[in-house]
Amino acid sequence: MITDIQVDDHGRHRHFLTTEGLSAKAIGEILDTAESFISVGEREIKKVPLLRGKTIVNLFFEASTRTRTTFEIAGKRLSADIININTSVSATQKGESLLDTVRNLEAMHTDLFVVRHPVSGAADLIARSVPNHVHVVNAGDGRHAHPTQGLLDMFTIRRYKGGFANLKVAIVGDVLHSRVARSQIHALTALGTGEVRVIGPRSLLPFAVESLGAKSYTTMAEGLAGVDVIIMLRLQFERMSGALIPSAHEYFSLYGLTPERLALADPEAIVMHPGPMNRGLEIASEVADGPQSVILPQVTFGIAVRMAILARLAGAAGTETKSP
Amino acid sequence: MNIVISGGRIIDPSQGLDQVGSLFIHDDRLVGFEAPPGFSAERTIDARGLVVCPGLIDLRARLREPGLEHKATLESETRAAAAGGITTLCNPPDTTPPLDNPALAEWMIDRARQLGAAAVLPIGALTRGLSGTHLADMHALHTAGCVGVGNAYAAIKDTAVLRHALEYAAGLDLLVFLTPEDPWLGAHGIMHEGRVATRLGLAGIPASAETVALSRDLILIEQTGARVHFCGLSTAAGLALMAAAKERGLPVTADTPIHQLYLTEDDVGFFDSQCHVRPPLRTLQDREALRTAVAEGVIDAVCSDHQPHEEDAKRVPFSNSEPGIAGLETLLPLTLQLADLGILTLKDALARLTAGPAAILGRPEGTLRSGRSADVCIFDPNTSWTPEPASLRSRGRNSPFFGKPLRGQVILTLKNGHICYEKSAANKATTRDRAPG
Repeated sequence: MITDIQVDDHGRHRHFLTTEGLSAKAIGEILDTAESFISVGEREIKKVPLLRGKTIVNLFFEASTRTRTTFEIAGKRLSADIININTSVSATQKGESLLDTVRNLEAMHTDLFVVRHPVSGAADLIARSVPNHVHVVNAGDGRHAHPTQGLLDMFTIRRYKGGFANLKVAIVGDVLHSRVARSQIHALTALGTGEVRVIGPRSLLPFAVESLGAKSYTTMAEGLAGVDVIIMLRLQFERMSGALIPSAHEYFSLYGLTPERLALADPEAIVMHPGPMNRGLEIASEVADGPQSVILPQVTFGIAVRMAILARLAGAAGTETKSP
Repeated sequence: MNIVISGGRIIDPSQGLDQVGSLFIHDDRLVGFEAPPGFSAERTIDARGLVVCPGLIDLRARLREPGLEHKATLESETRAAAAGGITTLCNPPDTTPPLDNPALAEWMIDRARQLGAAAVLPIGALTRGLSGTHLADMHALHTAGCVGVGNAYAAIKDTAVLRHALEYAAGLDLLVFLTPEDPWLGAHGIMHEGRVATRLGLAGIPASAETVALSRDLILIEQTGARVHFCGLSTAAGLALMAAAKERGLPVTADTPIHQLYLTEDDVGFFDSQCHVRPPLRTLQDREALRTAVAEGVIDAVCSDHQPHEEDAKRVPFSNSEPGIAGLETLLPLTLQLADLGILTLKDALARLTAGPAAILGRPEGTLRSGRSADVCIFDPNTSWTPEPASLRSRGRNSPFFGKPLRGQVILTLKNGHICYEKSAANKATTRDRAPG
């Protein structure tokens, strides 16, 4: 059986592929480093020399604005050279295989790949094929994982709520197709979150979602009661096949986050969304733009968290994690 | 040529035999356990410490020819089969083009015969082009030598077509091979719908994909009286349906691929494409139920479900990888291990590879009875070896069993009285040349 390869035999983080298996300590270190990078973005000269001379390739096989841009900014603020490659899977499938594409870029002395791919496991496959000194960061693979998003969400929660132990966190919507939800659930459980809930129609909750450590609910009334954090997920029509929900209208009437539903949660609850949002489909504009929304700060924090992860992997000495 | 295999532990499940003795062969025939009058051996094979059993029958092995010769050929795979102790194998009809015309079936049988290693029994197409809409010329296929008819992985979605196909086959007393997989429930899935698929974000194939298809098929079998063999059962719930159907006296049999008796969804780990198989690896509970079913005979036979691939077919993301394991050469040792694990006796384990499949197919092979063709497998039950890509004779480079020591090694294989594999000559990688002129 093949095993996790993110952490090497010396406990160093080689790749960042999933939040599964990360310790609370490792996550804490990344979030602490991210805190220290927040100020970099607020300075006149928004650069630190940690990755000077390193080459990062953003290899995106799937459209992305937010993730690709924040990775690019994160890399530049660390003084790395960044190359963006946007390509569609169909174009590469015609000729070159995924690994051939990667090998060619590797031959150009790339130090770190940031990979987004529509198929689960693509980043893992690449990480297993690159030489020892090359690092891979997963920027989203199929339905599997989006670990940097997962950690920026943890950063956001920690910023607004202080800690995790006494929190009730609800993840709402299309969990089935969501790599973000999986990365959040692993991180939240590692951090000892009081209660992790998923809410959605049964047809959009994965078969064995409770085995990940989340309690499942099919109604907002029950699921949102008293929660401290609400994370809304995008309805991913492009990944849906078959009859999963009757209509967008019915979905919003049952699972859309409206001011009335928000009132079911703790009065201090924060509302998050990994983006891009479908306003009026999973979230009402009043809520998205309302005082409890932290959706835009999430994006800002995303840069600092991605800087922390890039620096952890490719920074001069590599960062020790004693308990991976 | 007269051959005597002497001093081996002869295990022939078809006769309930397990004894130390000698086996005599005259030309292409077995002539018994005592030397016939005037018998003078031209070759004596010393089998002391070895097991002598009927040549194995593999119910499902894809040889990739015609159509996918970059993966494997009849030549490479029938020789790999011989190296695995297999002397007869059934090839499913999903070749390119599909096996729906008698000429192709005849060619395949003749080609295998010329090669002189394992014999190939093609399974003809049940529907033309495996389309699931028009019946194939089943009688012609049967006459050409097809051992039965089936539709491989291509489900027959239209229930009326399946009904008529079963009726027609029943009228000709043809064996029908069905793969129980609901085309809708299994449509987008890539592995078992369970904990691991949820973790990895891989689309699931629920256990109900098997039970829904099996239930439908069993009802139509009851209605039509067709003889049906179910390929590759994988779930505990499916086995319960199969046991009940047998109890009711339906003319049904079933097999499971040997890897299903060892691997589970957990072996997929972190996207191990070597564990991408169809039907998918299920849960530990399913695996235990399968082991019990093999022991109790609800599963009549185990097979290799051999699907050789080039390396690149697995060096892609899990969902894009091609399913299957190259299993011809690990079939015997893995089956022997069932006896080591105490799941069934060595004799019963061998029955699932010899008398069991022979009975399903209604074939004369799979026995050491006097007068039958001399298909014999001689193996060393105690020697361990470790399968590696380079050590296999198969062109397939795909197996989750690479690097894992297995006990039980084939020493010599006889097909129709010809030595088609001999371990001492193995380094020369020639199996055919050993056949006497």
